[in-house]
Amino acid sequence: MKRVALFIPCFVDTVYPRVGVATLRILQKEGFEVIYPKNQTCCGQPFFNSGFVKEAKELAEKFYNDFKDYDYIVAPSASCISMVKHHYKDLLDADKFREINKKSFEICEFLHDIVKIKSLNVSFNHTIALHQSCHGLRELELATPSELNLPYQNKIENLLNLVDGLEILPLANAQECCGFGGTFSINESEVSKKMGQDKLANFKASGAEYLVGYDNSCLMHLASLEPELKTLHVIEILAGVADESF
Amino acid sequence: MRVFNDDKWLNESLNFVRHKRDLASKKLDNWEYLREVASNIKAHTITHLDSYLEEFEAKALANGIKVHWAVDAKEHNKIVESILKKHNAKKIVKSKSMLTEECELNPYLENRGYEVIDTDLGERIVQLAKQRPSHIVLPAIHLKKEQVATIFNEQNSDPTYLTNIARVRLREHFESCDAAITGVNFAVASEGAFVVCTNEGNADLGTSLANVHIAVMGIEKIIPNMQDLGVFLTLLARSATGQDITTYSSIFKKPSRGKEIHLIIVDNGRSQMLGDEKFEGALKCIRCGACMNTCPVFRRVGGHEYNYVIPGPIGSNLGSSRDIKEYGKLAFASTLCGSCTAVCPVKINLHEQLVAYRGVYKSQVKESKDRYYKLTAKILTKPRVYRSLIKLAKYMPHWLYRGVWGKGRVAPKLAKKSFKDYYESL
Repeated sequence: MKRVALFIPCFVDTVYPRVGVATLRILQKEGFEVIYPKNQTCCGQPFFNSGFVKEAKELAEKFYNDFKDYDYIVAPSASCISMVKHHYKDLLDADKFREINKKSFEICEFLHDIVKIKSLNVSFNHTIALHQSCHGLRELELATPSELNLPYQNKIENLLNLVDGLEILPLANAQECCGFGGTFSINESEVSKKMGQDKLANFKASGAEYLVGYDNSCLMHLASLEPELKTLHVIEILAGVADESF
Repeated sequence: MRVFNDDKWLNESLNFVRHKRDLASKKLDNWEYLREVASNIKAHTITHLDSYLEEFEAKALANGIKVHWAVDAKEHNKIVESILKKHNAKKIVKSKSMLTEECELNPYLENRGYEVIDTDLGERIVQLAKQRPSHIVLPAIHLKKEQVATIFNEQNSDPTYLTNIARVRLREHFESCDAAITGVNFAVASEGAFVVCTNEGNADLGTSLANVHIAVMGIEKIIPNMQDLGVFLTLLARSATGQDITTYSSIFKKPSRGKEIHLIIVDNGRSQMLGDEKFEGALKCIRCGACMNTCPVFRRVGGHEYNYVIPGPIGSNLGSSRDIKEYGKLAFASTLCGSCTAVCPVKINLHEQLVAYRGVYKSQVKESKDRYYKLTAKILTKPRVYRSLIKLAKYMPHWLYRGVWGKGRVAPKLAKKSFKDYYESL
């Protein structure tokens, strides 16, 4: 049996544990041995993106050691996966980087490309709008970025289309950044909030009940501006846990 | 940075241009292939700059173009002045050139009694408003037609009317000019010729009327041959404004009888970027401005919020390379969404360069907040310490930390049970 290491980013662990549970359950349902390496903390992205290269290197080494013994590394966060899959090239030696690069997957990407899931047997009788967060879109290519002249594909929509009763409503500028940007949300607070408000206005105009994404960091940023906002991670819907509480 | 006072309108205007660019690029089946080819040509050229520049100079001299070399902005301005002096030229019409902005040529010449008239409509508007361009392709995009009318001392703010007013007034300057200055979009090494692209024909009118044409270019404008020019002309206008091609793409090869063409080739810090694998890719830039139009930060704040002469993602990189202490902060004014990288016609990894410059900045500039980052990173390398702190935080009442993310935000509530707790309880 293939061993999957769950990489549950710090804010998912502490703020959105249900997203971790959804990831765990769906992988178990698909027949994987799923392990949560208990020493994991953070991939180091906030430090790397803030220019603290030495600190980021230490956390990348730590991540490598925590996760090196598994067949796959899977996380419900596109941005964190993009960090380890692509940006560790600047932090780890070439062999270690290649290893991490090959076996790291965002959960939806994993279900779509590796598991090649064809049915889910779940229903979600609500309307949603899909926010296509940047790193998943442009670095992991979960969907075709509108900048590129490539045939359209959208792995997230493909997966959501397996859910009964769910309707995806069009969201204007769905591929535009929500303004989170990690420490950008602190350093450039005014611009970050403005971008978030624009995103929220587009969501409101979509008429959808839920704003759904594959990155809780973006959703957390938007919810901080609009506490009544109903957000869900894609995997909560796919795993059929959207209505459960933890 | 501050949000632009009319950000909705600025955002929508630039989004509109980005959308036009999308439509234009999608009409070409081989768009992504062309980007790859263009990137390769530029990457090849900047790593063989010495031989292409020498080839270009030899051919240009043989064509009768007078070639000058300027190591920096100061030398560039002096050369321009010496040419003007020689021809006793007092009034200069200038078409768009970001290099002259970079070298601050206008104030240099004006302080020495020369009259410089910017002839690109957008440039003319910002010149009259005593501002700097807020965008490299759309210099006056931050101004609305009503503001332009005020700048022109006119009541009528109809764009066609205002354009005609500008045309009539500029015509007088064209007719009485002594010299014309233009930028350069591409310099073709195999021909010793250079190309100037405009939509208004102002470069062509100025250079046709004046007896002396001074063209200025950075060393990175060189491309090997005419076939390569085809690739770049296909990409440039589509990326910039969504047009198939600029209205005028003029190739200057030799001066007309009795006239002179001077070409100043400027380094001004560019060669410092060569040889640094992480950063030299910025020299591939063809100044289309697509990264500005797509940048969600640029669209909210406008170009004047950037303290470097070229704004937006490419400007933040070029500025950081110029002087990391002075401009390195710009590298942080990005969410790293990567749209700039995806839209770039020569495939500069703009957002990755921004991250890399952040590292350079932090290696040189110490700030008081650094210790929080370092402490947090230290905690995260020690899982036990990290876990006990998380436990403590959970007992903190929400009202105590709901504002920690800053004004106007409610910090998220920590879950009663972390995922780790759940996993261990299974």
